[in-house]
Amino acid sequence: MRFQSLQQLKELCESERVTMAELMITEQMHESAQPRAAIVKQMSDYYQVMKEAVHKGIHEPVKSRSGLTGGDAKRVHDYMSGGASSLDEAACRALAYALSVSEVNASMGRIIATPTAGSCGIIPGVFVSSQQRFGWSDEHMVNGLFTAGAIGYVIANSSFVSGAEGGCQAEVGSAIGMAAGALTELRGGSPEQALHAVGLALKNCLGLICDPVAGLVEIPCIVRNGFGAVTALAAADMALAGVRSVIPSDEVIGVMLQVGRAMPSQYRETAQGGLAQTPTGQKLAKQWSSPEGEQEG
Amino acid sequence: MRFKDVFSIIGPSMIGPSSSHTAGAVRIGRVARHLAGGLPEKADIYLYGSFAETYRGHGTDLALAGGLMDFHTDDARIKDSLELAEQAGMEVVFHPMTQPLPHLHPNTARLVIQRKGNTFEIAGCSIGGGNIEIVQINGYAISFTANYPTLLIFHEDRKGMIALMTHILQQYDANIGFMKVERKSRSGDVLTVIELDDAKDREIVKQLRMLPHVRAVHFIHLGEGERE
Repeated sequence: MRFQSLQQLKELCESERVTMAELMITEQMHESAQPRAAIVKQMSDYYQVMKEAVHKGIHEPVKSRSGLTGGDAKRVHDYMSGGASSLDEAACRALAYALSVSEVNASMGRIIATPTAGSCGIIPGVFVSSQQRFGWSDEHMVNGLFTAGAIGYVIANSSFVSGAEGGCQAEVGSAIGMAAGALTELRGGSPEQALHAVGLALKNCLGLICDPVAGLVEIPCIVRNGFGAVTALAAADMALAGVRSVIPSDEVIGVMLQVGRAMPSQYRETAQGGLAQTPTGQKLAKQWSSPEGEQEG
Repeated sequence: MRFKDVFSIIGPSMIGPSSSHTAGAVRIGRVARHLAGGLPEKADIYLYGSFAETYRGHGTDLALAGGLMDFHTDDARIKDSLELAEQAGMEVVFHPMTQPLPHLHPNTARLVIQRKGNTFEIAGCSIGGGNIEIVQINGYAISFTANYPTLLIFHEDRKGMIALMTHILQQYDANIGFMKVERKSRSGDVLTVIELDDAKDREIVKQLRMLPHVRAVHFIHLGEGERE
C-alpha cells in the first residue's frame, strides 16, 4: 500500500483526483495481484452477508449462545416503528440494525468482522440504514466498504483494532471512525472532510475500556455497537457541516495507541475489571466462564 | 505491516462471536490440519491467557476443532464441530492452562497433533480481526500469518541450501514475499519458512522434497477468498 497515514491517503486521493474507495481498490489490486472484478465481487458478497445479518436479528430475534442477551434489536425496531423514539427514524434504524448484527454474532451466526467481530454491528448499521434512507445502490455501498477499509488499514497498522491490545476504544472506536469517514465520502464529502469525521469520531471514544462480562462479546459490546452507529452518523454530520477535527486524525490515532498501551490489562478484554467485576458481572461469569475445575498448571 | 490488505480489515466472513477467539482460532486449527496433511487422529489443545479463561463462552473449542476439520471461518457446521470430529474419528482434548506462555500474545493456542505415526506441535496467536501469527512449529521459533501460501521446509544446515531452494522457486516463477531461516544449532536442523505471493504449481513441493539434506516440506495454503 502506498499510504501509511490518513494524511498520505488524502494527499494521494487529491493528487490523483480519485475517491478513497477508488484508491483502495487500485491498491488492493496491486497488493493481491487480482483483477478488479474479483476484489469487488468479494466485497459485494460481504455486503450481502451484512444485510442478511441486519435482517435476521430484527425479524427472527436470536438468543446468544450464553442466553444472556438477545432480542434488543427487535425491541428498538418495534419502538421506533411506533413513532415514539427521540432519535429520528434514520438514526434509530442505524441503532436497531447495529444491535441486530451484534446479536447475530453473539448467537454464533454469520457476520463480517469490521474490523473485528466485537465491532461487527457498526458499519452494517450505518450502511444499511443510510442505503434505505438515501436510496443508494449496492454498488455505492460496496465502494463505501473500501473507504472504510482504507481508514481501518491505517488505524490497524498505526495503532490497534482489538480490545485485547488496546481496549474498546481500539475495537468499537476504530469501527466508528471507519463508518464515519466512509459515510462522509458516500454522501459526497471530500477526503479532507472524511478525515475530520474520523478524527471527531475517534476523539469521542478515547479511553474506552474493554470489560466484557464473563469475557463474552455481549455485555456491554452489543449496546456499544448500537451507540457506535449513532455516533458515526453524528461525526459524519459534523464533518459535512464543516466542523473540523482540530487535532488531526492521524494524531488522534497516535493518542489511541498511547492510551491503549497505558491501559492496565484488567481493562483489555480479560474480564478482570470494569463491568465484568461488578457483583452482577461476577455472578453471570460464574455461570458462563470456563470451569475452574478443568484448569491445569 | 501487521495488516496487509483491505480484507484483513473488512473481513473475514465468519461465524461469531469473536474474531480473535473464534475466527482466529478456526484459522490456527486449519494451519495445524494442513501441517499434518489431513485429519489428525488425536489433538491435544493447550489454551493460554484469555483463550483459557473464556474459551467456552466464545466457542474457541468449537472453532479450533472446526479448523482441524478444515472448516472455513464462516462454515455453519462450526457450532457442531466437536460432535462432527468425534464422528470423523478425531479425538480432541482441551487443556486450559493457568500460566501464560512467556512473551506471547494473550490469545494463544498450542496444538499437539498426531496423524499416521507422526506428531506435530504448533503454537499460534490470534492477534485480532481473525488475523493470526504462527509462532512455533515443532520447537522452532518462527513467524507467519497464513495469509499467503507458505512453504515450511525442514532441512539440515548446509552451505548453499537457500540457493538450491530459491532456484527451484525461480524455475516455477514463484515470488518470495517473506522468508525466515531458523536453525537449532550450527550444522544442525533448520526450518525455513517461505511465504509466496500466490499459490504456484504444487510441483514445487515435490522438487523441494527431492533436494539433498531436505527432511520434509509442508505447504500451508488455506485458500481463503478463492471460493465461490
